Amino acid sequence: MITVKEVKRSLLVSLWFVFLTFPLMVIKVNPYERTVSWRWRNMVYVAIGTFVITLLAKAWFARKEKRMARQQDSCHLRLPIIQRILQKPGYRNSLAVFLLGAALAFPHLFSTYQANIMTTALMYIVLGLGLNIVVGVAGLLDLGYVAFYAVGAYSYALLNLHFDLGFWTVLPIGGLLAALFGVLLGFPVLRLRGDYLAIVTLGFGEIIRLILENWNAFSKGPSGISNIPRPGFFGLEMSLDQAMIYMYYLMIGLLLVTIFVVNRLQDSRLGRAWLALREDEIACQAMGIDKTRTKLIAFSLGAFWAGLIGVIFAAKTTFVNPASFTFMESAIILSIVVLGGMGSIVGVILGALILVLLPEYLRALSEYRMLAFGAILVAMMIFKPEGLIANVRRSYCYHGKKSNTALKNDE
Amino acid sequence: MMNKSILEVSGLTMDFGGIRALDRLDLDVGPKEIVALIGPNGAGKTTFFNCLTGIYLPSAGDIRLVSPQTGKQSRLNGLKPNKITKKGVARTFQNIRLFSQMTVLENVMIGRHCRTSSLILGAILRTRRTRKEEQETIDKSYDILEKVGLSEQANEFASNLSYGAQRRLEIARALATEPFLLLLDEPAAGMNPQETADLVTLILQIRDEGHAILLIEHDMKLVMSLSDRIFVMDYGKKIAQGAPAEIRVNRAVIKAYLGEDEGPDNA
Repeated sequence: MITVKEVKRSLLVSLWFVFLTFPLMVIKVNPYERTVSWRWRNMVYVAIGTFVITLLAKAWFARKEKRMARQQDSCHLRLPIIQRILQKPGYRNSLAVFLLGAALAFPHLFSTYQANIMTTALMYIVLGLGLNIVVGVAGLLDLGYVAFYAVGAYSYALLNLHFDLGFWTVLPIGGLLAALFGVLLGFPVLRLRGDYLAIVTLGFGEIIRLILENWNAFSKGPSGISNIPRPGFFGLEMSLDQAMIYMYYLMIGLLLVTIFVVNRLQDSRLGRAWLALREDEIACQAMGIDKTRTKLIAFSLGAFWAGLIGVIFAAKTTFVNPASFTFMESAIILSIVVLGGMGSIVGVILGALILVLLPEYLRALSEYRMLAFGAILVAMMIFKPEGLIANVRRSYCYHGKKSNTALKNDE
Repeated sequence: MMNKSILEVSGLTMDFGGIRALDRLDLDVGPKEIVALIGPNGAGKTTFFNCLTGIYLPSAGDIRLVSPQTGKQSRLNGLKPNKITKKGVARTFQNIRLFSQMTVLENVMIGRHCRTSSLILGAILRTRRTRKEEQETIDKSYDILEKVGLSEQANEFASNLSYGAQRRLEIARALATEPFLLLLDEPAAGMNPQETADLVTLILQIRDEGHAILLIEHDMKLVMSLSDRIFVMDYGKKIAQGAPAEIRVNRAVIKAYLGEDEGPDNA
């Protein structure tokens, strides 16, 4: 299976990696004692590790190619196991019920600290699903998504500070304000696509953050706004633990609403128009789709979810300052969408859980977090460029009868 | 003539910087008529289509559309492409522009977009009206696919279709917008003789259902056998117009295609 040529290549790759990582992994300079220590053992580790990984990757690719060839022979499309489960309504429903039960029992089985981490993960799932509308479905690369998150958070902080408005009043207001900003951003970038769009949205995100940081009279600048009240529950007094658990259930509820809405949107006239817009703008317009309106709806709907989560974020941490809304946040949310699979709801959920929970539970390795982050994304692009769980195009029924039950795998 | 035609183009001019791609072009299409637009490469035929469908904004001239159903007249200059499609003009593209990662049926369903109306709330609440509209969209799209002979592949990806089938899918998608004027940009390009023959049947069938057709084509056999009238362009100007028999022997046309002092040729 593994030829001599492949072993040679792997050897070369591992040599190259040893060379690349030499200054980092082997040489260690101690400036106080003015000595240099040579950690040769690290070099051996790097060499062996790279060699094995390269060989494994090669074997994996060979297997994949063989499988592809077999599939073309038999004309039978074999879907990955997760999609086969999702396809069968019976399996899908029991899986959903199980997951929901597990999610509801979670805060009672584990500590409040765990529930708190889970709440964060749930927030990122909703953020991912919101961005998924813009990036995954409509194909508009938005690098400034965190700006809408900031708009939501600050609308709660400021409206509460100045007008004493409560969480439940501000929740829709924050969402709508963010959606409004989505439209504001949408107008100037209507003509742009791809890289250009990415740059402008990146700039927009930074503008919002810089305004919040520098306009002291409006946002209290870098010191931020504190003492934001947690969400109330019919005026009930809650301890910190109870408030956290309440927050967790709130997020579960919001997540369910989000999944429901996003799912229906994707599977509608509007969702098809978004997909078409992603594929070919000119053909899309020639087929009678209003490009301007469709894009603006995508931007504002995506922003709406970010606004909602922004309000919840402000209520959860009871404190906001501009440092929470850096480009890094946008990058993480975008990675969630890309890692999970563009346009796929289940994919985004899985992506968010991986990217938010892994760093939490692997705190011991926190120094290598960025390294692992980069490695994961690179590996994804090589092995599964379509994401962990690719989107599946549905087939439609004609006159009520199933025309073709086989689902197609979206690349 | 004024009352009869559904499309009237007068003095249409399109400048790209210093280059005049279209020079005071006049053209008209009557109801249920098949009109061909021919000319050597670079004559400005596709530019003409792009002006007509709102992708380019013409520098001068008039494009008027008369709806055969209502008799209402409207000027197309400066309208957005989607507005023009809604008024009843649909097109296909010379270089196929299908939504390749969507299924065949979904491609046609996109064409139904401008004849349906449900939006965000309809999609989320999935009201009875929305559901009815969706099912109608599916059924109508499926009917159109059956007409062009692609219903078997309805749930394939558009990119998996053969070249000829992709061209037919483009026509199906354009038909889904319910146009009374269909613009076909080189529909037979890259087709084998059998596929071309099927295409001729299809175009005639579409005409008989009441659509007028304006087509750009290089396959002279197809043009001569199909068209009621032919317009010939060269360097952005109209150099001839008339019935196929007249065009075949027109000296200016022969000169444009073959150069000076050559015998008539129908290829």
